Amino acid sequence: MAATTETRKTVETLAHSTYEWGFETDIEMDIAPKGLDEGIVRLISSKKNEPQWMLDWRLKAFALWKTMEEPHWAKLRYPVIDYQDAHYFAQPRKKPGPKSLEEVDPELLRTYEKLGIPLHEQALLAGVEGAEQPRVPVAVDAVFDSVSVATTFRKTLQEAGVIFCPISEAIIEHPDLVQKYLGRVVPVGDNFFSALNSAVFTDGSFVYIPKGVRCPMELSTYFRINARNTGQFERTLIIAEEGAYVSYLEGCTAPQRDENQLHAAVVELVAMDDAAIKYSTVQNWYPGDENGKGGIYNFVTKRGLCQGERSRISWTQVETGSAITWKYPSCILAGRGSVGEFYSVAVTNKHQQADTGTKMIHLAPDTKSTIIAKTISAGKSDSTYRGLVRMQPKASNGRNFTQCDSLLIGDQCGAHTVPYIESRNMSARVEHEATTSKISEDQLFYCRSRGLSDEEAVGLIVNGFCREVLKELPMEFAVEAQKLLQISLEGSVG
Amino acid sequence: MTSFLDIRDLEAQIEADEGTKPILKGLSLSVPKGEVHAIMGPNGSGKSTLSYVLAGREDYEVTGGSVVFKGEDLLALAPEERAALGVFLAFQAPVELPGVNNANFLRTAVNAIRKAREETELDAVAFLKLVREEMRHLSMSPEMLKRAVNVGFSGGEKKRNEVLQMRLLKPSLAILDETDSGLDIDALRIVAEGVNSLRGPEFSALVITHHQRLLDYIVPDKVHVMAMGRIIHSGGPEIALQLEKEGYKAFLEAAA
Repeated sequence: MAATTETRKTVETLAHSTYEWGFETDIEMDIAPKGLDEGIVRLISSKKNEPQWMLDWRLKAFALWKTMEEPHWAKLRYPVIDYQDAHYFAQPRKKPGPKSLEEVDPELLRTYEKLGIPLHEQALLAGVEGAEQPRVPVAVDAVFDSVSVATTFRKTLQEAGVIFCPISEAIIEHPDLVQKYLGRVVPVGDNFFSALNSAVFTDGSFVYIPKGVRCPMELSTYFRINARNTGQFERTLIIAEEGAYVSYLEGCTAPQRDENQLHAAVVELVAMDDAAIKYSTVQNWYPGDENGKGGIYNFVTKRGLCQGERSRISWTQVETGSAITWKYPSCILAGRGSVGEFYSVAVTNKHQQADTGTKMIHLAPDTKSTIIAKTISAGKSDSTYRGLVRMQPKASNGRNFTQCDSLLIGDQCGAHTVPYIESRNMSARVEHEATTSKISEDQLFYCRSRGLSDEEAVGLIVNGFCREVLKELPMEFAVEAQKLLQISLEGSVG
Repeated sequence: MTSFLDIRDLEAQIEADEGTKPILKGLSLSVPKGEVHAIMGPNGSGKSTLSYVLAGREDYEVTGGSVVFKGEDLLALAPEERAALGVFLAFQAPVELPGVNNANFLRTAVNAIRKAREETELDAVAFLKLVREEMRHLSMSPEMLKRAVNVGFSGGEKKRNEVLQMRLLKPSLAILDETDSGLDIDALRIVAEGVNSLRGPEFSALVITHHQRLLDYIVPDKVHVMAMGRIIHSGGPEIALQLEKEGYKAFLEAAA
């Protein structure tokens, strides 16, 4: 039919829409030679002036990694990754570990400005002077090619007793905390990529919220891959003590390159009694071009441990970027009455492939989990929701509700839902709902007859489809995410 | 008579499971500026197809004839361009948009049209003021702004929401496709009033209906009888009364 033909035509013409964050920053870098061996692991550790225990931990991880094999159970297809063909360490030359914004290379700050990240506290405060409503301050930790370059609002946070710093700094300044929790939620040998990350991670964020403290502002980390052929391996560790609360945001971009770049992060969260951690991600790594060339390979292990009673961990993610996404933010519900939540929007377009979902492991009684996963596929992309809900024998009255909705745009994409449900407790209840739909010609025509263009119509309908997830995002992020959704789907419908 | 909407020998077909199905078979019709015309006809005469073709729905393939609106070749324009030019279709079955907030939808539409007409876009405050005012006229609860577009709306609510959109988008040609179906008498009055108050030298309308009832409230300048994909008879409002009494039979026989 005419409409379908036009759809295809528009997809083809607009598939060339540019990735807005594709620029490269010209900055002097210290780069380790390509390849990975024990020497590189030692080099990373010494560049970071790490204590012996950290080096030992890394070496153990490396030894373990060498014995492991890359997993291939996901519905992803990509060429063999040559782990010896990447740089495992790159850092902006200048002083290692800048202590304040003044010490940061101005070129770098300009990069972040371009990305719209409010690094300058002054600029943030200046925003308050305007006619607009005062913005909620956000403390930012910026990670540029694996190295944390600036963390803002440290003083305000310190006064509240909150620690928010690069993990490389935490290893030196707060070794007890790091040693106690690092690898506790995601053990080194959990999977191939977590082992690799454990051996070679170069930086990331560390957050510690003491007992009874509600973190006074949103914490945010922006990851930027810049250098060529460089793997980025961040490590994030967030600990919320009894009754503490923190909302943490994570944003990611990368320049446009022909070759694929490897990204393998590990994020660990620990929540004690009555603590709550809200972790939000807007992932916009470079997805590759219209022929599927280039783009980030994103292999991420994210897991939260609800250790305390009534603790709560909530993952919200909007995934629009990366050529390959392999990512399952999970919750281990170990504390009685603890709550795990996963809200996800995954958009794939062009040749992108995503295999993403979550795991909710109910260990204790009265635990509750909610999974809302929205998958949108366009172009020639392929998207899979893969989720595990497990009720262990002690999870009496455990409850899970899962809803997976897929939206297909065009006729050359795919969407798959693979739920794994294991219940070992008779009183536990697990509900799973799934739908697959297409944006209907009726809906498009209705919007267009009201003056909206194709793009506006799709944007509106897609945002409506994702509403349950978007409303979980902090305000400012939600606006950003909505725009991102529209940009990611540009040209996908006629 | 100024030529405003001029439909000449229009032919259109749709791909159906059984093959290509011609629906409009040489339809001609003129609506002068400022006039309201009614189209009446039995089921399957092609009334809804005509409204879709005029609004630009792509499932229908136009195989012959022409439509000139405000001097432009209407059939060459995309649906959104027709909307910007002043064409508005009130749907017989308004489409549901799950999760899409009605206020957001209405504002996006208003601003898309304003932008295309080179008018300044409305900010949230100005828009809310405008929409609340219009909703009061239509006896709509402001609560309906918060709901998803047409999702869970009753038949009457959907039709009122269509008339609301019409009033917000200020068309110069409104096509009302069976807007009276599913309305009780009170709702019918409100909807008719919503249309009547737009009447003026700059507003024309095509009111498509089965029943005389709606035309008691929206009194047309002219009535066209449609059957077998064509206009078979045109005349004054009295035709509607005649139809009500005698049915389509006499007209069909005369046309045969």
